[in-house]
Amino acid sequence: MDVTISLTVNGIERAITADPERPLLDVLREELHLTGTKYGCGEGRCGACSVLMDGKRVLSCVTPVAQADKKTITTIEGLATGDSLHPVQEAFLAEGAMQCGYCTPGMILTAVALLEKNPDPTDEEIAAEMNVNLCRCNGYPKILNAVRRAAEKIQR
Amino acid sequence: MIRDIFAKKLESQRSERPDEPRCEVELSRRSFVQLLGAGLLITVTEGVSVGRRRQSATVAARLHINKDGTITVMTGKVEEGQGSRAQLTQAAAEELRVAVDRIRLVMADTALVPDDGRTAGSRTTPSTVPAVRRAAATARELLTRLAAEQWKVDRSALDVRNGTIKHQATKQTITYAYLAKTKDVAGAFAQTIASDVTLTPVDEWEVLGTAVPRPNWRDLVTGAHRYPSDIVRPNMLYGKILRPPSYGATLESIDLSKAKAMKDVVVVRDGQFVGCAAPSSFRAAQALEAVAKTASWKTVSHPSSKDLFSHLKKNARPGGRTRPRTSGSIDKGLADASKVLEQTYEVAYIQHTPMEPRAAVAEWKDGKLTVWAGVDGPQSVQGDLAGTFRIPSERVRVIVPDMGSGFGGKHTGEAAEEAARLARAAERPVSLRWTRAEEFTWAYFRPAAVIECKGGLDANGSLIAWDFTNINAGGSAIEPPYRIANVRTRSVSSDSPLRQGAYRCLAATANNFARESFMDELAAAAGAEPLAFRLAHLENPRIRTVLEAAARHFDWPTRKKKVTADIGVGLACGTEKNSCVAACVEVGIDRKRGEIKVHHVCEAFECGPIQNPGNLLSQVQGCIIMGMGGALSEEIQFADGRILNAGFAGYRVPRFKDVPKIDVHLINNTSIPSAGGGETPIIAIAPAIANAVFAATGVRIRSMPMRGAALKQA
Repeated sequence: MDVTISLTVNGIERAITADPERPLLDVLREELHLTGTKYGCGEGRCGACSVLMDGKRVLSCVTPVAQADKKTITTIEGLATGDSLHPVQEAFLAEGAMQCGYCTPGMILTAVALLEKNPDPTDEEIAAEMNVNLCRCNGYPKILNAVRRAAEKIQR
Repeated sequence: MIRDIFAKKLESQRSERPDEPRCEVELSRRSFVQLLGAGLLITVTEGVSVGRRRQSATVAARLHINKDGTITVMTGKVEEGQGSRAQLTQAAAEELRVAVDRIRLVMADTALVPDDGRTAGSRTTPSTVPAVRRAAATARELLTRLAAEQWKVDRSALDVRNGTIKHQATKQTITYAYLAKTKDVAGAFAQTIASDVTLTPVDEWEVLGTAVPRPNWRDLVTGAHRYPSDIVRPNMLYGKILRPPSYGATLESIDLSKAKAMKDVVVVRDGQFVGCAAPSSFRAAQALEAVAKTASWKTVSHPSSKDLFSHLKKNARPGGRTRPRTSGSIDKGLADASKVLEQTYEVAYIQHTPMEPRAAVAEWKDGKLTVWAGVDGPQSVQGDLAGTFRIPSERVRVIVPDMGSGFGGKHTGEAAEEAARLARAAERPVSLRWTRAEEFTWAYFRPAAVIECKGGLDANGSLIAWDFTNINAGGSAIEPPYRIANVRTRSVSSDSPLRQGAYRCLAATANNFARESFMDELAAAAGAEPLAFRLAHLENPRIRTVLEAAARHFDWPTRKKKVTADIGVGLACGTEKNSCVAACVEVGIDRKRGEIKVHHVCEAFECGPIQNPGNLLSQVQGCIIMGMGGALSEEIQFADGRILNAGFAGYRVPRFKDVPKIDVHLINNTSIPSAGGGETPIIAIAPAIANAVFAATGVRIRSMPMRGAALKQA
């Protein structure tokens, strides 16, 4: 039975009528047309679907939309402020930390959440926090550089 | 058996496309302007019709100068993360003498672009980059001649910089944009691209050779870029396809009535094809579940991965698709040898697992089909769709938005065909995105292999005989790069239980794993040091250069002396697709857990003049880590016609925690033409790891992936 869910996505309040079990990922992509959030595995093991829910990283492919009721969601489309990119986005560009870029939105949002709670992570902490995020182009070295660069910039 | 269903497609995967572009674009000026945007396009001639296979293309089929001075360049190549968008933009900018931001690259849209063949086999760099450069250089020359005619001066007195032609003596200038407004340009660009036009020599490159970023990078970090799975069309539905429970199973009966009764759901059955489309993918999945419950299937028996290698060996067909290649006499070489070594290596099936599984949106309008699809050969999929739906190929348009990787795994357009079937029945556009489990099960795999090696050493410890047979995986890089008097190499086909096809560097990884592991075994048998043993048999100066560079940067002699029972070092080298690679690695062995951990990889790579060092570094780093997956953990397990590990839980690919210290040394060899660099860097990793494990433990692991369990007893 469909239910109505209220949530704030990228600063805009939304009311969605949907099956409560429908994954948040599908609602973002198919109802709100926010296609920056990607499907990668559907079982929470690749991180491509990462979004921020009340500032924390969640895997939207295994998050039923009902769990997002009254929550604040940030997707990759909501990270920049106008034309001004978030420091993590800037760092990914500066390091060229993308190949196909399909994992990039999830990588960036995971890094944003990480730096929010730990602004000065060690390499081990970055790897531990981001280990769920897969990059099949295996562009991990440059992604690590980007996260380090963003951490430096945020601390300054 | 499943193999037969795909026989035709597999055949087409094997054949490489010709290097020269095949231009089959036929468009009226009106439709062309509609496609590219009214007002922008001015140089196109009436009805661009530029010949068929292997015939020369016109300049107009490859590039257009727009009124605002930007230049639209067209290519059939796709961008899947390997860097072709930046590289082809650089190629055009270099020869046109303009900044990269003046170039608008249109990729992989069959209505607009010439057929540059599949994006595969590292062919963009040696084939498409020169094709684009020749077109751009021809265009520059034609424009310069037009300026010379207009000014009535000698062409040689003119220079071109930043899209502006200048007559040095009179200081007169004219821009491409201005010239493009004249009728003369349309006539000039109808000429064929000169095959002998002079290209800018490497030492004069200004744009090529630099780390130009991918032009649409910003759209990737903001989420604005639309991948094939992100395309939305008005009134679009989402589709799901019924899959058999096992390979070779056939549908005997099914009841569609429950799903048909669901609101807004379209259900399609056409023989074995059953699918549902609905306004959301969640709804489509519910509908599919309802029909799947009613399906009854006839299953067939199927080999399991447990018996894979004996199955491949038993069904090997020597004398099949390729003949043995020999030099000297293998029989005499082995007879003359004072020591003969014989070993067998095994390589499991692995999967590409591109981050974006197969996806397509299909739309029918007035009997014409348009698909946006994640495939690496737009024209080849266009042909397949035309065949499937029995319509002329000019009624099929395939567009490939920059897609979420492929690694050779997206040669085929299954999702496009399935979406088109659903869209035709629904009379609405349909988006079909394969699930990860579907990609793991119904895409194709890198071939498994059994490789049999025999080597003979003379009394001095020199290699004099080499007999090498690859069963099932193919003949890429099968020739040993070493100086050996008596050689026989064979690529033998077999009965592949799984659907198999291209993968980054294909069989070169398997062949190099066996060869470079076996070289280490022969070195040990000869009582020689592995690096010295290789160098003693290696004449190819390019491989020697990378091998010596990797060993030097790794500090091989010192590191070799520090080997313990828990820390080993190993090296390997190889060549494929006209590029050369060598790697030194250090591994740590955890005997209790039976684990191999790669600590450090030092790799040297050379592919001629480097066209984009930033991108090449990404490719080499990516190959190294991807190669670790196939070496250590990736393996498709199957039984009873089912994939047992069709998800990232059971199929272990490299993650952040697996990333070792990586040193990459790119060697810029400007004495030869550039070769592609996105594949070969993968081939040295697995054997270097195997050799390092042996150095530490004395245990020789002859399988990919290397199962660390063998080390528990060591």
